[in-house]
Amino acid sequence: MAAESEMRPSLDPAALRRELQHSSFKRPGELLVVGILWVCGTISLITTFLIVVTLFEETYHFFTDVSPADFFLETRWQALIPGETQSFGVWELVAGTANVVLWSMVMALPLGLAAAIYLSEYAHPRTRRVLKPLLEVLAGVPTIVYAFFALTVITEQVLRPLFGEANVPIFNALSASVMLAVMILPTIASVSEDAMSSVPRELREGAYGLGATRFEVALKVVFPAALSGIIAAVLLAIARVIGETMIVAVAAGSTPNLTLMPLESIQTMTGYMLQVALGDAARGTINYTSLFAVASTLFVFTLTLNVIATWVVNRFREAYE
Amino acid sequence: MALQSTSPPVSLRAQGSVARRQAFSRLSRWIFLGATLIGIAVLALLTVDTIRKGAPMLDWQFLTSYPSRKAELAGLRSSLIGTAWVMGTTIVLAIPVAIGTAIFLEEFAPKGRFTSFVRLNIANLAGVPSIIYGILGLTVFVRGVEFRGLTLFPALGSTILAGSLTLALMILPMTVIASVEAIRQVPPSIRDGSLALGATRLQTVRHHTLPGALPGIMTGTILAISRAAGETAALIMIGAFAFIAFDNKSVNEDFTTIPIQIYNWTIRPQDFEGNAAAGIIVLMVMVIGLNLIAVLIRERFRRS
Repeated sequence: MAAESEMRPSLDPAALRRELQHSSFKRPGELLVVGILWVCGTISLITTFLIVVTLFEETYHFFTDVSPADFFLETRWQALIPGETQSFGVWELVAGTANVVLWSMVMALPLGLAAAIYLSEYAHPRTRRVLKPLLEVLAGVPTIVYAFFALTVITEQVLRPLFGEANVPIFNALSASVMLAVMILPTIASVSEDAMSSVPRELREGAYGLGATRFEVALKVVFPAALSGIIAAVLLAIARVIGETMIVAVAAGSTPNLTLMPLESIQTMTGYMLQVALGDAARGTINYTSLFAVASTLFVFTLTLNVIATWVVNRFREAYE
Repeated sequence: MALQSTSPPVSLRAQGSVARRQAFSRLSRWIFLGATLIGIAVLALLTVDTIRKGAPMLDWQFLTSYPSRKAELAGLRSSLIGTAWVMGTTIVLAIPVAIGTAIFLEEFAPKGRFTSFVRLNIANLAGVPSIIYGILGLTVFVRGVEFRGLTLFPALGSTILAGSLTLALMILPMTVIASVEAIRQVPPSIRDGSLALGATRLQTVRHHTLPGALPGIMTGTILAISRAAGETAALIMIGAFAFIAFDNKSVNEDFTTIPIQIYNWTIRPQDFEGNAAAGIIVLMVMVIGLNLIAVLIRERFRRS
């Protein structure tokens, strides 16, 4: 037996694979192409490196002028007008972002989850093949289009007639939240639907066998079983709302405001960044570096949410495969 | 006989609490369907509203005029040309790198910590907001990078090239992810067969893996391009908010695009509302057209 295996060493799969892999490097042309592919593979790493370095460098400059205590503990953001009243308390901008996240989620969460339940548990496959792409069109609409609607339709034709002209400022958090909810609907619906579709059929059949109705199966069996995927969908959606710029910049206003009330004029982190970009701040000024401080804060928020979402999804995958 | 008439007739119809539960379940179908249709209803409503506002404005003169202070004279000419330049340059920059990255990850990268780090990194980059890419573009491409007097990257200014580089980096992660998915769909048996017949790994990729993955790669790529076409925030961030009244002739010029022009008209007084709506019609026709092509490619190749 031992002699035989020595005679035919190439039958060992690992050795065979090594041999095959080695053979592709014998041609110099191929070596070059593989080298180019390696370069492609590192571009994403370079991108991340550049993002982190640029954000860090100017944020560092910002904190040489403004103490971190003022940034993290003050509650008033008055950055663009120099003088006595200038103040860099980031919480006012964070509150603006939290405001639109809260109200857009209040609307998008029930609708998105209901859509996911319908598509996964109720819809005929043919209905689903029509509805799902239609819903996904919503995700492809450029956000400047939603911004236009928030200002011209939601504020002017819906909110003002509904709550009264005097109670609704032209720029308000709610109009932006409504369009953010529409923008985020497909993300919640689609990702949750994927999670619910991959719940094993046996679970449903077991529940039906015990006499559960379709509604009970959907809400009490499939929904809890898919919960981690659904949570991931919601986290991804929140990350997208936090990072969205045009809708809030156009419709929510440019008044930093420490409030979660929906009918107030506010400013989000992204809204402030766009305002600075439009003002063309000179390099080295406090306006310019404050842009990076806010950008770093935004980056940390979205990155954290994305990392948690990925972690939740991976946990979920382990449970069902 | 008497016994038979007094016993209740056997019925399969549920009664009492079971009937109530079943009725509620039947009702829930319509509630969930209603919730699903709200999003689509909003889309329909917005479409009707835009066409009502924008259609009177949308004519040949609108498409061929430069921006102007007078609403009735302002048009899309420079932003249409700018969008074409930016899209073309972004495609040239991003697509080869994206496909190269996907092939690298799936076929050539050593299985191990380095590769899984690259994968994780790309997944996280896909979640970075576009305005952060705008900041990256502003500091690296527009203003340039110098390190101890050494120019690592030349300052390009707010040009088409700077904008395209920014958008290329922005769409890279999603294009890579779609391409990786597509390459994974190619059955391993095809790859093994090719290798067994003596083809090198690169020949296998070129003649078998890539052709098989092409529909998926194209779908993902087209969706990414349509996202770049609608991007506003990242381009404003790099300073592309200028008054452009000339036709772009090279990538080293300032530019504007359709979404930027729509933004410009949206934040002005109301007499530009028609212009903004007409611009939106043009942009939406482009974006939905691209989406439709992507869906058609996906459906067509799924059947075969």
